[in-house]
Amino acid sequence: MERIPILKMGKFLLVTIQVDLYDRLALTLEEDLIQMVHKTGARGVLIDISALSIVDSFMGKIIGNIAAMSSILDAETVVVGMQPAVAITLIELGLPLSGVHTALNVERGMALLAARMPEETDSEDVDDD
Amino acid sequence: MWTTTNQNKEQLSILHDRDVIICRNRIKEVAVKIGMGIVNQTKLITAVSELARNMLIYAGGGNVIVEVVARGREQGVKIVFEDKGPGIQDIAKAMQDGFTTGKSMGMGLPGAKRLVSEFNIESTVGKGTTIKIVKWKNG
Repeated sequence: MERIPILKMGKFLLVTIQVDLYDRLALTLEEDLIQMVHKTGARGVLIDISALSIVDSFMGKIIGNIAAMSSILDAETVVVGMQPAVAITLIELGLPLSGVHTALNVERGMALLAARMPEETDSEDVDDD
Repeated sequence: MWTTTNQNKEQLSILHDRDVIICRNRIKEVAVKIGMGIVNQTKLITAVSELARNMLIYAGGGNVIVEVVARGREQGVKIVFEDKGPGIQDIAKAMQDGFTTGKSMGMGLPGAKRLVSEFNIESTVGKGTTIKIVKWKNG
């Protein structure tokens, strides 16, 4: 079965969606991502949608679900790389993507996540102190 | 797969979620061919995605017919979505933002209408639903 790869980068998970997702694949990604957040204890999830030509209400719902579920597992979600035409369309469609952080690109998304958890820098190395 | 019904009409059956992607891609090609800009293309394809998925979820599938139309000098893409599903009892209600029978977010119909230039819906309970949309190149 087809799957979207999820990469672990330090405390964060990175998902780069390179193809337009049919519904089943989007649901699989939602499930895989939540499992990964749980398994790795990730503090943030970055979803790169720069290759997506549209975000419709279904995809919007999936992104919202991922953010809500991650939040319950103590991880924040940032959607990065949205095409301008997609942003314009989303607003007209009536999907504000509330509860989801957004950033222009992966680099800024990483910076945003890192800035939201400054007190935790180096905490991985000082567990036993 | 797409079949050409006459010189400028094409038809596709929507039976699986992957067909929605095939449908979107083909309509994007048609929109690009008439020189539609990226924002209008994106609006059109998003509307198509909503309407094609609606057919799949609520009617178990249906047909999409695409054609290039002209109004004076302006060209546009006309798309008809036909299903033989249960029909919509209260169209006015279905066109309200946030109204859903429980399977979606209730953005599909009203959202799609906002994204296109022309939107027409006809539905008969027990017989099915036909939605016609037009997106003008500069509309």
